[in-house]
Amino acid sequence: MNYRILKKKDLDEFIKKLSRKMKVVAPVDKGYNQFAFEEVSSAERIALQYIPTILPPKKYFMPQKEKILDFDISEKVPEDRAVIEYDKIAIFGIHTCDLAGIQCLNMVFNERPRDYNYLTRKDHIFSVGLECNDYCDGYASCALVNSHLPNGGYDLFLTDLGDRFICHVNTQQGADMADFTGLFQNASPRDLSDLDSLRETKRKIFKNEVDVDARQLPGLFEKAMESPVWSQVGAKCVSCGNCTNVCPTCYCFDMFDQINLDMKTGSRFRVWDSCQLEPFAKVAGGENFREERLERQRHRFYRKFKYPIEKYYRFFCTGCGRCTRTCMAKISLKETLNALAKESL
Amino acid sequence: MKEEIINSNWKLRKGEIIAVKQMTPTERWFDIKLDDGELDHEPGQFVQVELFGIGEVPISICSSPTRKGSFELCVRAAGRVTNEMHKLGKGDYVGIRGPFGKPFPVKVMVGNDLLFVAGGLGVAPLRSLINYVMDNRKEFGKVDILLGCRTPQDMLFGDEIPKWQKRLDVNFNCTVDRGAPDWTGNVGLITTLIPGVTIIPDRTFAVVVGPPIMYKFVINELLNKDLPERQIILSLERHMKCGMGKCGHCQIDHPKNYYCCKDGPTFSYEEVKESKKL
Repeated sequence: MNYRILKKKDLDEFIKKLSRKMKVVAPVDKGYNQFAFEEVSSAERIALQYIPTILPPKKYFMPQKEKILDFDISEKVPEDRAVIEYDKIAIFGIHTCDLAGIQCLNMVFNERPRDYNYLTRKDHIFSVGLECNDYCDGYASCALVNSHLPNGGYDLFLTDLGDRFICHVNTQQGADMADFTGLFQNASPRDLSDLDSLRETKRKIFKNEVDVDARQLPGLFEKAMESPVWSQVGAKCVSCGNCTNVCPTCYCFDMFDQINLDMKTGSRFRVWDSCQLEPFAKVAGGENFREERLERQRHRFYRKFKYPIEKYYRFFCTGCGRCTRTCMAKISLKETLNALAKESL
Repeated sequence: MKEEIINSNWKLRKGEIIAVKQMTPTERWFDIKLDDGELDHEPGQFVQVELFGIGEVPISICSSPTRKGSFELCVRAAGRVTNEMHKLGKGDYVGIRGPFGKPFPVKVMVGNDLLFVAGGLGVAPLRSLINYVMDNRKEFGKVDILLGCRTPQDMLFGDEIPKWQKRLDVNFNCTVDRGAPDWTGNVGLITTLIPGVTIIPDRTFAVVVGPPIMYKFVINELLNKDLPERQIILSLERHMKCGMGKCGHCQIDHPKNYYCCKDGPTFSYEEVKESKKL
């Protein structure tokens, strides 16, 4: 295994060297216990201890608004050009839940027909993970879905060992970058045993946060379509769409055209959409296939715990807790799963 | 950085409208020829039609792939884009993506009797299959076509229906919800026509396309005739925004993961009977 050591005092130098190569973004403290990924040029603003950011790093892979196509209709036969706008970015400090989220999105957009806008952008992102040594807060359920430990999806992965980070080098690009900075030493047997004991401690701290085993969840949802739990959740929901916007694996989108002032050229854009909004499943004829809030909330849970199992063999919940943390109506993912589990007994 | 994506699945084919016809006050028919060749679709598929600067809309293809050179769409002015599309005429261009979706299971239906049931605009997607069957008529057994619409004025493909009616190898019947002074045909819901059809359950496929409200009643009639659930084929309506199984809009409320644009729009009733809405 390729482990190296980065001294904590060298972190600032690391970020500075990284930002010479590309734009660097990292979690920054926004006050009121809120954090956000933002561009940084030194380690000074980086919050090494942070609870999941308001928006997950998916915003760099799939921006809220992105240009997909340019067109020109000045001639009889219209012309179009599929385009991508991107930056070379390094994302520093991605927690394991968000790494899992990016892995989910990678699968979705790599599925044929492929989405080359997403895939091109992904190929230009360098990712540096950062381990959570303890729970961020009580909303997380990462142990349920086993995303409290690193399962790939990064170039470099840092674990805080007090005065130093132990760094797992996962890719050649990661190794090249570590070499370029000249700040990494090989890890000693003592460093590795420190990492082992940290992980051992984590196994004691992180325990399945809900009253149901993850393996039983797909079966639970197989029978949960008619559950009264959805009426309770639907009664609380205010249909704001916050839960899906902050979710690291929600990727539903809408497309729209924008014509320029010359009335001859324009573009097609992709923007985030939310299955929680009332018109999401409505057709022009007037029928709304998910008219009720309970139907839309049920749909959200099925898209995390049931549908992706069939298609991608994994949950599309990474346990980050953002949906619960952000919900104005206090709809809790953990409580909802517990209620479903209780009902199935 | 900005780059071109040569192989983007969002790139549009250019289609010239070579003929139009206002079928009813709300439905307009378009014949479209692609600059880069055949659409190469199968019966039951759909395309995304882009009106540059206005937006994109999913429309089912109403012509059979056996008729080459161009393809046809029957468009109801229902939303923002379709209302604008009604203003287009011969020589205008649209962007086309597709064809998308799982076609009707034509190969499985070969050798069987076919019962087509179309309500309202449902005749549009079904027409791609009906004309395909007409052009390959000897591959199939008995063919019954049942059409229903609100009033005689709402009847789509009015010039083509007499051709179906006249054929000796097709049993054709239609009904309207509300008659008109010059209407001599049936008046009543489409379900009233089903008891009159002879169905041999082990060798019949029923293909039913219509508004959601129609499915429940027609399917019940067919089940009463002992037609197996897997031999009832439906084409479901959803708003497919991307056509590529990604945007999420057309996903069906079902314990299984069904995207209408990729896993459908054609489904057997057996597949989707657990859906909250058809």
